[in-house]
Amino acid sequence: MLKQRPFLIETLTAIGLIAAPFVLPHLGFAPNTVNRILVWGLFGLGFDILFGFTGLLSFGQSAFYGTGGFVAAYLLTRAGFGNVLVALIIGMIAAAATGYVIGLIALRRTGIYFAMITVAIAEVFYFVEFNPLSDFTGGENGLPGVPMPSFNLGFTTIHFTDGWSLYQFIALCYFIGVIIALRIVRSPVGAIFSAIRDNPLRATAVGHNIHGYKLTAFVIAAAYAGFAGGLLGVLQAFMPPDAFTFDTSGQLVMQTAIGGRGTLFGPLVGAAVWLFLQDFLQAALDLGAAWKLVLGVVFVLLVCFLRGGIVGGLADLYRLVSGKRARKEAEQQTEIGAARPLPAPMQAREVAHPAYSGPILKATGLTKRYGGLVANSNVDFSVDQGELRGIIGPNGAGKSTFFKMLTCEIAPTSGQIVFEGRDITGLKVTEVCQLGLTKSYQVNQLFTGLTVRQNLTIAALAELRGKFRLDLFRKLANVKGLSEQVEHTLALVNLTARADTQVAELAYGEKRRLEIGLALATSPRLLLLDEPLAGMSPRERVETVKLLKSIARGRTMIIIDHDMDSLFELVQRVTVLQEGRVLLDGTPEEIRTNAAVQEAYLGGVNGEIAA
Amino acid sequence: MISWPNLVSQLFNGLALGALLALISSGLTIIYGTLGVLNLAHGAMFMIGGYAGFVAYQYTGSFIVAVIAGSLFVMLLGVLMERVIIRHFYHRPHEDQLLVTFGLGICFVEIVRLIFSSQSQVVSPPPLFQGITNLGFMYYPTYRLAVVGIVAIALGALFLVLYRTRLGMIVRAGIEDSVMVDSLGINVYRVFMVVFGIGAMAAGFAGIVNAPVVSLTPGVGDDILVETFVVVVIGGVGSFPGAILGGLIAGEIISVTSMFNPGYAYVMLFAAMTLVLVVRPHGLLGVQGRE
Repeated sequence: MLKQRPFLIETLTAIGLIAAPFVLPHLGFAPNTVNRILVWGLFGLGFDILFGFTGLLSFGQSAFYGTGGFVAAYLLTRAGFGNVLVALIIGMIAAAATGYVIGLIALRRTGIYFAMITVAIAEVFYFVEFNPLSDFTGGENGLPGVPMPSFNLGFTTIHFTDGWSLYQFIALCYFIGVIIALRIVRSPVGAIFSAIRDNPLRATAVGHNIHGYKLTAFVIAAAYAGFAGGLLGVLQAFMPPDAFTFDTSGQLVMQTAIGGRGTLFGPLVGAAVWLFLQDFLQAALDLGAAWKLVLGVVFVLLVCFLRGGIVGGLADLYRLVSGKRARKEAEQQTEIGAARPLPAPMQAREVAHPAYSGPILKATGLTKRYGGLVANSNVDFSVDQGELRGIIGPNGAGKSTFFKMLTCEIAPTSGQIVFEGRDITGLKVTEVCQLGLTKSYQVNQLFTGLTVRQNLTIAALAELRGKFRLDLFRKLANVKGLSEQVEHTLALVNLTARADTQVAELAYGEKRRLEIGLALATSPRLLLLDEPLAGMSPRERVETVKLLKSIARGRTMIIIDHDMDSLFELVQRVTVLQEGRVLLDGTPEEIRTNAAVQEAYLGGVNGEIAA
Repeated sequence: MISWPNLVSQLFNGLALGALLALISSGLTIIYGTLGVLNLAHGAMFMIGGYAGFVAYQYTGSFIVAVIAGSLFVMLLGVLMERVIIRHFYHRPHEDQLLVTFGLGICFVEIVRLIFSSQSQVVSPPPLFQGITNLGFMYYPTYRLAVVGIVAIALGALFLVLYRTRLGMIVRAGIEDSVMVDSLGINVYRVFMVVFGIGAMAAGFAGIVNAPVVSLTPGVGDDILVETFVVVVIGGVGSFPGAILGGLIAGEIISVTSMFNPGYAYVMLFAAMTLVLVVRPHGLLGVQGRE
């Protein structure tokens, strides 16, 4: 959306912030209300990166809001610190450091555990502020007397007092906050954030250290919260203890959901709605305490019926209006794309140690037990460089479990796996993928909320940037080799015409090809394919076999499938698994005619079928 | 001043609080275990149980009627909530479920605030349990002793329902694998509704039983909800025995720490939770799997 004009959002934000003091008073907004909205909006920028982009719903942001606020306020009131801006930044750093420590604990779990733990942690901060630390925080009195900012420019000193004068300072902070947030969400790290939100399992499997990135998002949110907390003290000339309450966290969550998550501006819009309604319902309609009930009902209705909030709803509306034309164009392109030349095969990444010349993968004595059930038992398996190997076996033979052990998704009960001469037993799936071994899944594991191009970008980034890197301000376009790799993969899996389509809108066969593309975009030297042909129509099978042949050049592949005609045409050797053991190993011709294999598949109750 | 009677009395307080937390957490945990929904309005259910019982108590003067009325009202509210709203969220992401139950919780609190104002309401204990009891070595409020007994009976009843009835078997099977239960020809949606009702009722029951111990305010459920989360994380989500164990641990930690300095009660509780998360990420009695 709006990507064609690089600084459009920044410019619009600047115009909006400059125009606000001239427009908003006519709509009944007091300057103090506008300032509060901006503080909430700034608080929400970080929270939206955590919740809207990374998918981590924290109910404990008050902990960082309060920490940043009280550190800044303490420096300015008790410690005799003169410079407001430096105090705010120190408060922000303190909040970010706190966020790092808390993140280490809270991010041990995901989903509802994460939500529960953040609530509990925030509550602890609230009690600590009131009791053990009340000497520093003023306990329930808070810290009064926070000064207004002023800047000595040498020739003149700018004083920001209250009202619209202070607005200039807060608006500038908000604007800088927006620019930084936009840079972050448009950076490679931002792309990985949305991958984590959409499908953490696959984000891990393509080679990203998602724990590190989650912690990054958490710290970013804490830093924003800390700075906003400091601004709250400046704005009110008083640091209120209720910054630490659960209500603060709750209000932030509700404002973000009302305004629209994953939009960066949602929290600002939500805060505007919230504070306007609060003033309006209380003063104009004389509803008294009932205003919060009205907001609660509005919130519940929005969550039920308008998941994207106000900003998301407007964006949907915009897409509905402009979408028809775009779709028509895309359809025409698809038709043209049908008669495409086959793209050049993609090279696997260079071998880490070219001197190694043994088998690329060697598994010895691999066993996996689930309690009493033995999924794989004592499997010895070896694949040479550049080989195309098929694995067949009846359902329940332990093929998928075997693959999961090879990619280190599950740890074997006993046995050893050696990849390119290196023992990878017990490594994590992310590390193994970084080494050049990955797989495409039997059941699609895609980033369904993103476009095809974004999907492949995420996978390619893992190879180009390694498993963890904090290039928060780098543009995606500046990642060397990224667009080439993505375009190439798109062409290989024949999805170029669908590059900007949401995955959720793809046909099944297209999703299957993207599934292979995701594995391919990490440029693995050893690619495992778990039933790549499953569920495809005969025509799609032919296409996919062609695709697999083309990517096989310069890389080793192991393929599980039940479609033996296609598989035997594709591979050089076949391993047959039965009841968790290796039954046989041979060329497709040998396997085809082997009596034991026929018996394994057809049952061979009396041994007659074999004869 | 730490003396033996003081310590023992705090241990008793911890037992009473722990039993209460165990009951509320059981409600939360069986709802989550079966439906996969974490009900952030659970604290509000606790609060509404107290108010509904309070109203019934005022009209009838009978504490037993109050307990029954309070529990039933919250159960009906739970069933209604499941049918009208929660049902449409089973296939939506966890975040949406959290948001909608959080919003509902706020609505409930604000409705009660609108009707009863923010002032606290005092519910006196039933005449039978008023006063204090001489335990030989110390004196202790009779009603708090009674709370332990009442809640123990309620937990026993919940245990019987969960482990000795057909419904309980379905619920426990549903915690393991609700898709499988569905394909066995059991209408899981009806089970979900019943479970939500029972889970809410556990909170409502606790709400009215606890009302004479603390005074009633619309915000009484908020703190309880946070404590319940800690209990569930310590005990293991979806585990009924875990909720009881976690409840007792949390109750004792809060009470014993409060003896030294109430300000540190939550810090200690949090420290215990962190320890459990580090040593046993799935809780003391939880199993790996559901997240």
